[in-house]
Amino acid sequence: MSKRIVVDPITRIEGHLRAEVVVDDDGVVTDAYISSTLWRGLEVIAKGRDPRNVPLLMQRICGVCTYSHYLKSTMAVEDALGIKIPLNAELVRTLMNAALFLHDHVVHFYHLHGVDWVDITSALKADPKKASELAFKYSKNPIATGENDLIKVQETVAKFASNPQGLGPFANAYWGHSTYKFTPEQNLIALSHYLKALEMQRLAAQLMAIFGGKNPHPQSLVVGGVSCVMDILDPARMGEYLTKYKKMADFVHNAYLADIKMAAEAYKDEPSVTKPMGVRNFMAFKDFKVGRDEYLFDSGYILKGDLTEVLEINEDLITEEATHSWYQDDEPQHPYDGTTIPNHTGFVDGESIGPDGEMIHSKLIDPDGKYTWIKSPRYDGQPMEVGPLACLLVGYAKGNTIIKDAVDGFLKETGLPLEILFSTLGRTAARSLQAGIVADNAIKAFHNLIENLKVDQDTCAPYVIDNDKEYKGRGIGDVPRGMLIHWIRIKNGVCENYQATVPSTWNAGPKDANGVRGPYEADLLNLQIADVTKPLEIIRIIHSYDPCIACAVHVMDTKGNKLAEYKVDPLYGGVCNT
Amino acid sequence: MNHAKDASYDALYSAFEERIAQLSKLSRMKEEQSIMDVIEEKGISRRDFMKWAGAITAMLSLPSSFTPLVADAVKVVDRLPIIWLHMAECTGCTESLLRSDAPSIDSLIFDYISLEYQETLMSAVGWQAEENLEHAMEKYKGRYILMVEGGIPIGNEGSFLTIGGHGKKGMDIAKDASENAAAIFAIGTCSAYGGIQAAAPNPTGSVALSDVTDKPVINVPGCPPSEKNIVGTLLHYLLYGTLPALDVYNRPKWAYRLRIHDLCERRGHFDAGEFVEQFGDEAAKDGYCLYKVGCKGPYTFNNCAKNKFNQGTSWPVQVGFGCIGCSEPDFWDTMGTTNEPLGSRLYQSVFSGLGADATADKIGLGLLMATGVGIAAHAAIAAKKPPKE
Repeated sequence: MSKRIVVDPITRIEGHLRAEVVVDDDGVVTDAYISSTLWRGLEVIAKGRDPRNVPLLMQRICGVCTYSHYLKSTMAVEDALGIKIPLNAELVRTLMNAALFLHDHVVHFYHLHGVDWVDITSALKADPKKASELAFKYSKNPIATGENDLIKVQETVAKFASNPQGLGPFANAYWGHSTYKFTPEQNLIALSHYLKALEMQRLAAQLMAIFGGKNPHPQSLVVGGVSCVMDILDPARMGEYLTKYKKMADFVHNAYLADIKMAAEAYKDEPSVTKPMGVRNFMAFKDFKVGRDEYLFDSGYILKGDLTEVLEINEDLITEEATHSWYQDDEPQHPYDGTTIPNHTGFVDGESIGPDGEMIHSKLIDPDGKYTWIKSPRYDGQPMEVGPLACLLVGYAKGNTIIKDAVDGFLKETGLPLEILFSTLGRTAARSLQAGIVADNAIKAFHNLIENLKVDQDTCAPYVIDNDKEYKGRGIGDVPRGMLIHWIRIKNGVCENYQATVPSTWNAGPKDANGVRGPYEADLLNLQIADVTKPLEIIRIIHSYDPCIACAVHVMDTKGNKLAEYKVDPLYGGVCNT
Repeated sequence: MNHAKDASYDALYSAFEERIAQLSKLSRMKEEQSIMDVIEEKGISRRDFMKWAGAITAMLSLPSSFTPLVADAVKVVDRLPIIWLHMAECTGCTESLLRSDAPSIDSLIFDYISLEYQETLMSAVGWQAEENLEHAMEKYKGRYILMVEGGIPIGNEGSFLTIGGHGKKGMDIAKDASENAAAIFAIGTCSAYGGIQAAAPNPTGSVALSDVTDKPVINVPGCPPSEKNIVGTLLHYLLYGTLPALDVYNRPKWAYRLRIHDLCERRGHFDAGEFVEQFGDEAAKDGYCLYKVGCKGPYTFNNCAKNKFNQGTSWPVQVGFGCIGCSEPDFWDTMGTTNEPLGSRLYQSVFSGLGADATADKIGLGLLMATGVGIAAHAAIAAKKPPKE
């Protein structure tokens, strides 16, 4: 008989997320539902505000993607007003973006996703000498894996673990689970990197703060350019950036990428992470400007995993619907009739497998009704995966040499086939490869900035906002979690309407009216769960997408540049009928 | 030492001593290891540790004679369990906590405080995560510190946020956790005042934590607040065993007593009437005052100018943007346009305008009135220009 498993809260993500699956008697997933359980309504709040205030407001969508929304929102306002920002400003923005990618991917792998792969308790059984030698298998210059380093890590954790009250944030996890595949020595190496990464993420945050003023929530982008002209013109400041960037790049190569190679080796036969993914459509957008006409990432989309053809994106074909989302009006909405009225129907009473294996009373998702604050975005009716894997696949298929070299290099070193990319392991590996690409290439923006500063010190373009004119525009690109679009319409000198099309919405959205599942839900199907009271396999798949749920929960009705007209329920404020 | 002889400091000193003695008598959570063991284990020498304690003492505006007491207080910290809740938030405050600085001692303290529940950092998931919360609330009843990140959505009966397999409402979780906490800190502007989701028209009916509990709440606002303000607030509690001296918005005075403007590195330019007119202009390259491009430092109470962010790397005035007033209540709605001066308001001053900077403010204000004409004229010209093409 089929039973329900509820995983709520899914921790180690940004936001509030629930996964619910139906399993058969053999513990195989036969259906899956994803629910976001928080709505904040930021686009409604943006309406009527000065366009110059909006990017800071939109930045608060997320404190993890702290720069992504700030950047794309500023670009949307600039696009609307027809502003071309100075090259210096573009390159400085790239330098801050590099800091974000390096920070975000490292923190995701170690502190959020890490314990899905690494059994900390097993690391205690490791032989530190062997582990220290083993580290050289994955990197020529390993970091924090000297024998003494590892002994120290072990001692620290052993003391921690020996006290039943002392586990703190590591308490009550799925330690000892049968799908953990690292040897004790491999676990110890990764654990040492987990601790080292806590230090490195502070460094990456400093890297952003050099030009951003602070992190999280940097504060140096202005409509028209950047405000940090003094820092750019200060050679000591530039030197500080370069030094910290190099340290971070070193960590990405000799810890992060090394550990991913180690994971590829250890997990290549673990079905829960090599199981083919459910949605094999991928979409990405050109981004990461490192020179006047040079970008690291490409635009396009791929259908059914076919790498022989990359199709051009037509933004008019982006739609969304709310059949299973907590909003009124189920039908796929034409943007001009779009409504955003919350309609929370909640969960239903039922039973699910409790922590002890007994069936316990729970609040369950009604799969026939509405069950999440996330809508279902579709491209020409198709679900799409976005994120580092999509970015790499699109670039790979387009023959982007930087991306091709990184991907082929990884496959050669690990001896894995190209097909492995279409899996949880592939998704997690792709993120590290993207970090490696940024670590190796973002510095071009630094050198190009120096060259340009010799002849040009402009950092901000002048502009005016004419109250009598109407403007519309968007900021688009690939941020650490995937393709992000911010859309704005300006009228009477204020924000008339605002939407954000966010990576996690594409990935975490519910079924559409045709019953077609989004990437998270489709990926959980046919998953074998070893222990139904400890569904580590579910967590590992969900985390591999790097969920950012505050981002995902968004009001979004778009069709190309034509922005939706909202009729917002007066109960929730902000009436807008045009 | 002179300060300590002062009668008020004497009283404070003995109050601290008493408090630490009290805390020392509590049973330890981890028997075998004192925090000093851990500190040494992490390669931090006793000397470095005392230096850090000295820095924290100074940050709390206490005389240096209090340094050994601060150090003693840190050593008893390991008795305190922490429950950190995420409400309607963006996780920026947690990220700020992760940036904890110094010789990594702040994060060490947080490790050692025993983070019983923190959704971003904890390994446990689902039922097991919920168990951790219930367990901590039960076991440490009346003894845990509650730290809350995010506004509390109470609109539509609180249905905009549920957490856990039982679909419990966020507002109920926050209320329940507040009931038996030893102290409650609202971390960040959202939990202190409702924050961004409470900005007009507040679609989810989000409110401050203090609006859903009748227990005293210490507000540590900022978007996000610096990790130093978070740690400092905690230490203040440890030292006094009571709430710290608070301002009218329940913010600890040691952190939020002065305006950004009071300690601003560009203050001299304000007093001299030297202003950036447009981002990227020559004045911007020279680091002139940012008031005219919208800095809200004169209206904002916080210690950013002194402590900066990310291990002193920078702060919003240093990167030429200016302050947006993020530690003030309802700042999204009350601070006007980001890149324009708030011409309609006079400066807020701690001494009702009678303090040492009264004269400078009057001069600055006088100049601004003159420049105000310039701004208006500029806007009029701008409006006549064809915007593009």
